[in-house]
This record gives sequence, C-alpha cells and structure tokens, in this order.
Amino acid sequence: MENIFTQWFGDNILAYILIPIPVLIWVSLFALYAVLAERKISAWMQNRIGPNRTDKYGLLQTILDAVKLLQKEIVSPYRTDTIWYNMAPFIVFTAVFLGYAILPFSSVFISADLNIGLFYFFSITSISVVGVLMAGWSSNNKYSLFGGMRTVAQIVSYEIPTALSALVVVMLTGTLSMQKYALIQEGGIFNWYIFGGPGDITKIILIPIMFVSMAILFISTLAESNRTPFDLTEADSELVAGVHIEYSGMRFAMFFFAEYAEMFAVSGVITTLFLGGWQSPFGDLIPFLNGPVMQVFWFLAKSLSLVFVQIWVRWTLPRVRIDQLMTMCWKYLIPITLVNVFLVGIYMLIFN
Amino acid sequence: MAELRTEELTINMGPQHPSTHGVLRLVLTLNGEIVTDVKPVLGYLHRCFEKHAEAMTYPQVIPYTDRMDYLNSMNNELAYVLAAEKLLGIEVPERVEYIRVIMCELQRIASHLVAIGTFGNDAGAFTPFLYCFADREKVLELFEIVCGARLLYNYIWIGGLSHDITPEFVKKTKEFIKYFRPRITQVNNLLSFNKIFIERTANIGILPPDVAINAGCSGPTLRGSGVKYDLRKDDPYSIYHKFDFDVCVGEGRYGVAGDCWNRYFVRALEMEQSLRIIEQAIDNIPEGDIASAVPKRVKPVAGESYVRTESPKGELSYYIISDGSLNPYRVKARSPSFCNLSVINQISRGYMIADVVMILGSFDIVLGCIDR
Repeated sequence: MENIFTQWFGDNILAYILIPIPVLIWVSLFALYAVLAERKISAWMQNRIGPNRTDKYGLLQTILDAVKLLQKEIVSPYRTDTIWYNMAPFIVFTAVFLGYAILPFSSVFISADLNIGLFYFFSITSISVVGVLMAGWSSNNKYSLFGGMRTVAQIVSYEIPTALSALVVVMLTGTLSMQKYALIQEGGIFNWYIFGGPGDITKIILIPIMFVSMAILFISTLAESNRTPFDLTEADSELVAGVHIEYSGMRFAMFFFAEYAEMFAVSGVITTLFLGGWQSPFGDLIPFLNGPVMQVFWFLAKSLSLVFVQIWVRWTLPRVRIDQLMTMCWKYLIPITLVNVFLVGIYMLIFN
Repeated sequence: MAELRTEELTINMGPQHPSTHGVLRLVLTLNGEIVTDVKPVLGYLHRCFEKHAEAMTYPQVIPYTDRMDYLNSMNNELAYVLAAEKLLGIEVPERVEYIRVIMCELQRIASHLVAIGTFGNDAGAFTPFLYCFADREKVLELFEIVCGARLLYNYIWIGGLSHDITPEFVKKTKEFIKYFRPRITQVNNLLSFNKIFIERTANIGILPPDVAINAGCSGPTLRGSGVKYDLRKDDPYSIYHKFDFDVCVGEGRYGVAGDCWNRYFVRALEMEQSLRIIEQAIDNIPEGDIASAVPKRVKPVAGESYVRTESPKGELSYYIISDGSLNPYRVKARSPSFCNLSVINQISRGYMIADVVMILGSFDIVLGCIDR
C-alpha cells in the first residue's frame, strides 16, 4: 500500500515506469519557478521590482529563458575532453534526481521506500561531485579546474556533518526508511523530531540537541548544494563562474537545474527527518487536514519554507573563503555533531 | 614514495573579470590557492588624456578630466580647474567655492558608496551593492537637478560654474542628508559588522604605514594604515579650512590597522564626515554672481602650476605648463589609483585568490584614473 501507483496498477512494470513521472514533472516545475522565485525574492529584499515583463509578474520569464538556452549553440572550447565535457552536466543532474526516489511526498506516494533510504540519499547525491570534477577538469580552463577542486574538497568534507547530524534521528527511530520517519512523527507538531519526537516527558532534554542538529544539517546541506555563503564552486567574484565557465546553452542550464533540484531535495530530507515529513502540524485533531492529498501540501509547504530560507540566506550573507569553509566543517560542525550523537546515545541508554 | 612533482600555476585575472573593477589584468602566480606573485598589467583603458589635453584649449580639457575617474568627476574637475585658476591668477567668488565644496563632498559620498558596494560584491554579498547604488542614485539626482548630467558633468568651470544652484537643490540636499545618515548605519550593520565579512577582510592584505608612505599611497588606502593625512586638512585648498570635520583613520577595530577591513571602514566613516561638511556649507552659501570671475578668454602667461587635492581615491593633482598660448603645453595628472595599486604585489603574497580580490577591492581603483 506504500504507493498509489502500485495500488492502482498492481506490482508490475507499468507502475514503476509511471512512478517517476510526477516527480520529474515536479522537479521541472520547481526548478523553473524556483529560479523565478529566487529572482523575485531577491528583488524584494533589494528594493527592486524583479522580472515583470513576461506575462503577469514575469511568470513566463524562466520558461522563456530555458527556451533561449535550448536554442543556443553548444560551444565547446579548444582541446576539451569532449566525452566528459558533454557528459558532466547530465551526471550532476541525474545524481540529484535519483535522490528524489526516496522523498516521501505523501503517505501513499514515495517512489521507492528503501529500507536504507537515508543512506541511499546521501550516497547517490554525492555522485554529483564526480560530475562537477569532470566538468572542471575537462573544460581545459584553470578557473574551472579551481572550481572543480574546491567543490570536491567542500562536498566530501560536508558529507560528514550532514550524515552525523541526521544520525541523531536515525538513532532515535532505529530505521533508515524515509517513510517510517514520517509515520513515526504522527500526532501533531510536538511529535516532530525538532521537538524531540514522540515520547514521554523526558524528551524535553532532546529539544536543544535536535535544534542544533537541524541547524547543522541545514548549514551542511547548504554547502552540499553549493549555495551562498558556500558557493565557492561558482564564486563569481573570484573564479568568474567556476565549473560553469565554459558551458553554454542547455548544458549550462542543466547545472542550474541540478542546483535547484538539490535545494528542494535536501529541504525534503530535512523536512522528513526533523519537521514531521508529510504529517499535518495539527495531528489527527482535524482528520481532513491529514489526508493523502493534504499530506502532499504539508510536505511541499514545509520544504518550500526551507527553500525560502536558503534563498534568504543567499541574499544576505557574503561568501566564506575556502580555508574558512574547511575550518568551519572540521573544527566546529563535526565536533558538535559528534557531541550530539554522544548525548543522544546517553539519553537512550538512560531512558529507553 | 617519490616526491610528487609540483609546479606553480600562472593564471590571468582579467582584463575581463568581474572583480578587477574594469579592464585591469593581474597575472597571478599560484601555488595551489596561495598567491606567490601578482603582476598588474595596465593600459587597456588608455585614452591619451594628457596628449589630448595639449591639443585643446583650457576649458575644453574639463570634459576630459570628467572621464578620468568616472565615478568622481566633480573632484577631477575641481583639481584641474584649481590648477588652471592658479595659472591665471583668478580669485573666484565665495559662493562658487561653497557650491564647489558641496558638489565635491556629494561626489565623495557617491564614490565611496560605489567603493563599499563593489567591495561587498567582491566578498559575495550582492544586496549591500544594490543598497549602495540606490543611495548613489539619490546623489546623482541632485547633480541632475543642478547641471542636467548624471555622470560626466562639465560643471566646474575655470573661474566659476556652468549653472547656479536652485532652491530645489538646496531643499533636496537637506532631505538627502536626513535620509542618508540612517542608511550608513544600515549598510554598516548589513555588511561592515557581518561576521563572515570581517573574517574575509580583517588581517588580510596588511599594508604597513611605512610601505604605504614609500609607495606614495594616499586617501583611504593610506589612512586605513593609520596615517592621519588628508589634504583637506593638511594642505587646504578651496575653502576646506572653514569647515569642521575629522580625518578618519583605520584604528584596527577589527583586525589590525592597514588590513582590508580598516581600509574599507575608513570610507564608511568618511561618508559621515562628508555629510557634516555639506551640512555646514549648505546653510551658509553666500549670495553672489557665480559667473563674475569667469574669464572671457583663457590665455595664461607662460608658466606652470601644480595643485593637489584630496579626491575620494586619494591625492589627485594636476601639473599644467603653459607656453602662453590658448592650449596648455603639457598637462600631467597624478592619479591616486595608480600609486595605490603599485603596492598590490608587495602586500598580497602569501594570501589566497579570494584575498587578492578583496585586496584589490579595498584599494577602490578606477581604471579610467589609472590608465588615463
């Protein structure tokens, strides 16, 4: 019963072909409108108007931008490593899109409820590092190479605090399945893991740990999806555009597609782990608000608010330097997450 | 295991690069991300200003000075005009002097706003950049009221001004002063005291005072190192001796004096001082005819004159030689950006690529001024 498509069409190949389609539609729509939203929100924060010439409120802006990019000639500079150069943007996007497989949009819709869901997500999305490094290396451009090398250092380092801060929830739930996280956190806002999850009164001890864990998970996913203040891959004032520098047309758009897709994917994971996934904040008080369709609404609402925070952070903060980025990861985030894991372990030892 | 072979990487930063502030080219030698050598390559914006000036009459040179440091046209005009007036021996009416000071200080605010905004942009903060440009727009509107131009004014003439100010200008300027004070605080809170920004700029690119003096640095670059030297105080020109203002120096509030943060913060402090000067001047503009001292024909006797002024970038001076004809025999401009840039190799070794960008931004160079 885990998936509405397998319910309708039975457990056969047709269902598995159909399952990714709504996800792909959502990713495309999200990427298109997140770009517009980012431009509109930044305009709002900077006392500007933002795109407003195409259709009402500039609603067609990014669609037309995408059409323009599709029409553009694909230029590849002299002496690029053609195969890798052409493949890289698609590897980056595919890696991110595969991560969507385990996002529980609703209690009846998850593409694949793997029993190692969270582990799968962290491993499959980090494959995008390979794509970025390929792009950086094969572009035959020193700036691209710098961008690629920086990304590898950055993403590989930030894998650790990401995984460790998610580990706190894994310890408490004892599962890696994304659907189970959402199921466990039923019963209203105070049963979400940011408030210590379901449990007796002793969970109050967990609340500060959970807040810190979620903050660290948010920060490190910002770094993983290369958003300001950690956008050293692009770093437009130093490396011009980093790995994107030699790409044109749709290949360039693919990198952006991947970036925005990843923004939502990591927000979805944070939502599932700490913010109750698709659970309504009112629990079962109002059963209508916790139906399968409303669950999609809650999941998207929570994830999109996190996306908004990502955009907000981007237009407020300056960029850090590469050594400061590493310092922050290895000297602050990892020790703090380790302490968190340790404290949760002690809590479980005493109260379970 | 045998040692891996390593070699240094040479990378061209510019002439087309978002943070070289124009068409400057820096040849960086890198060891990993660490910079071992910086070589600035100039001349991409060379427009033969000095040679052109020899073929022009004295008033015709003024529009060319506008285009030197295009963020700072009023101060360029003033410096040239003062030099020409010295050559001609003209005493300008007090009203003209007051208006010139107001314009120059407004221009200083506009120039510093660009410096602060682009410096923030170099650090990756885009929002302060737009805030600064929105405020700069207000200053440009004031200029537009007076002379119709927003960037290249040709406003300050030898012996006078092109247009007199209007009551509307006075009213709008007072409104601007009231509006702009809180905005300085806002930009400071958003950018100057931001933890990440301080981490990026404090203790980076430290320019010791003796090196700065030996290299001929001036303006905020020199004052950022803690040297209290401002030509408006130390060698007053025009009527700056009449106004009460402080010379701001880098005090090492974050980092040490002479680093990027202090060079940057001097500009934020100077905007406040400029407001003070404008406040004092705008209420006391004497009546008079602005055109009374404008010469019918600018034909100085043979001789030479040298005038130095404090432009927002530093010490801007003009050296004019006259052979008694209608055209200057020679016009030499001493550009502050050129001298300030000369220390970049000395102070950016051992830092990272991202720091070189910050160091370059903290000098607030304008290539029009460097290449002329």
